Amino acid sequence: MGRGDSEYFPADSPWHLRDGVPIGDATLDAASSSAASGCAGAVPVATVAPLPTARDCLVRIRGLSFSHGSRKIFDRVDLDLPRGAVTAVMGPSGTGKTTLLRLISGQLRPDAGTIEVDGEPVQSLGRAALYNLRRRMGMLFQSGALLTDLNVFDNVAYPLREHTDLNPALVRKLVLLKLEAVGLRGARDLMPSELSGGMARRVALARAIALDPMMILYDEPFTGQDPISMGVLVTLIRQLNDASHLTSIVVSHDVRETASIADFIYVIAGGRVMAQGTPVAITAERSAWVRQFMDGLPNGPVHFHYPAPALAADLLTRGLG
Amino acid sequence: MARRARALTDGLLNPLARLGQRGLKALAGLGRASLLLVGILAGSAQMLRRPRLLLAQVYNVGVLSLLIVAVSGFFVGMVLGLQGFYVLSQFGAKESLGVMVAASLVRELGPVVTALLVAGRAGSALTAEIGLMKATEQLAGLEMMAVDPVHRILTPRFYGGLISMPLLAVLFSAVGVLGGYFVGVGLLAVDEGAFFGQMQAKIDFREDLVNGVIKSLAFGLVVTWISLFQGYDATPTSEGVSRATTRAVVHSALAVLAIDFVLTALMFGK
Repeated sequence: MGRGDSEYFPADSPWHLRDGVPIGDATLDAASSSAASGCAGAVPVATVAPLPTARDCLVRIRGLSFSHGSRKIFDRVDLDLPRGAVTAVMGPSGTGKTTLLRLISGQLRPDAGTIEVDGEPVQSLGRAALYNLRRRMGMLFQSGALLTDLNVFDNVAYPLREHTDLNPALVRKLVLLKLEAVGLRGARDLMPSELSGGMARRVALARAIALDPMMILYDEPFTGQDPISMGVLVTLIRQLNDASHLTSIVVSHDVRETASIADFIYVIAGGRVMAQGTPVAITAERSAWVRQFMDGLPNGPVHFHYPAPALAADLLTRGLG
Repeated sequence: MARRARALTDGLLNPLARLGQRGLKALAGLGRASLLLVGILAGSAQMLRRPRLLLAQVYNVGVLSLLIVAVSGFFVGMVLGLQGFYVLSQFGAKESLGVMVAASLVRELGPVVTALLVAGRAGSALTAEIGLMKATEQLAGLEMMAVDPVHRILTPRFYGGLISMPLLAVLFSAVGVLGGYFVGVGLLAVDEGAFFGQMQAKIDFREDLVNGVIKSLAFGLVVTWISLFQGYDATPTSEGVSRATTRAVVHSALAVLAIDFVLTALMFGK
């Protein structure tokens, strides 16, 4: 495998020269080989590049349908998320990106279709099996979701104390190492209310990796961040993924930041996959909708105006409504 | 014509449909609340392994409500002493003031007023806390860490309320008796020996005290259950949490008064 899959990851792809520094060959091999070999199945939608045909898909979604009330959020969606890679799921607000993470983690059950995580069918797992699976998953919530009555140290120690019988000295060492990884070892005594939004997310990230999961789900990690903490988070997500051999799923509509660290991108909208491929392929995609989304154009297939009758007719109508 | 007929049937049927819809909604809520209670109780064993969580909640619900319960108890006792004295002295029975004050407190006012105070002071706080934990994704966060938020967060709070309520009610009654004593014996010169002697002779341990404690246990269960359910079931927005908090207090108060009537009829209605 290795270099042969350059059709998916050409040498000039943005993540080859991440942050202007060529990343190590080992990382490249790990990322590309897992992202590119034999995950069966093709998706019959507007496809830009073939699926990331990984021998080893960590998450495999087939025929996923999900409705919220009468609103259809997913309509027979197929997704493959390769092991060891950073996969981005992008799309406009309200397309169910967060819902997708909740479906993958079993917080919601699909109306139809299957979701396999590490070979286990999430949609039909019982409570105990689901909890068992979740110990191998971390999720970074948009708000951080730290427990507000515990300080930073205790928040990160929480999963360790809940799920392991490690002695306090070892827990302390592990927590400090995890906090060091996100650069907040010095903030261990602060309460969540004393943290900035970006710091809270980094603490939550340290907590998410406390049990050394196989996969981390990021829910809009960049929303509302200033440029510095955004940059910190972008780098952290990539570094953690490569250093700890994780699989990352980043749900976001911050196109540039997400594309800069993703190995593979799915663009979803209106309940379907609109485009999929490497960042380079997506950037080269010509479809008007994808262009509008990726370039942030105010008008295009998605109209600036919410559907309404003609302005003149509306203004001339009598009435108070 | 057909349009008018339709408007007429709509006008007749819509209120009926709304009534049915409300009824179904209420039933569904009751079902969710019952499931939650089962979940809470299922976490009991796990809580015993972490007694610290329970202690923290007994402190939250019980100790932090001490002052308001004690002060209210004292005033209620004083009012009882005053009112009782006026009525009893008309019949020349002011020596029975002690019995009257103690019986009213132990049988009724202690458990009921304490439950109303706890619903306002601690129940609303529980609802807001749980509702905000839901709104800030803390509950979902626990869920994702493979920790059951019902067992870990709700169960200790439930038992905290259940244990605190009878203790607070007993305290309320005790302080109330002191209040009645202060007014009756201290200010209105009722004989001290008669005040306590008659109380001792007429207040029965099983009949009065134990029944009062049973009542406040029932109130503790209902108030904490309603408060926790409202928080857990709240719409996770600021408006949703504020509505849930109001509902928790209103539903708790109504439930306490209704249950009090039923229990009183069962216990003392012979």
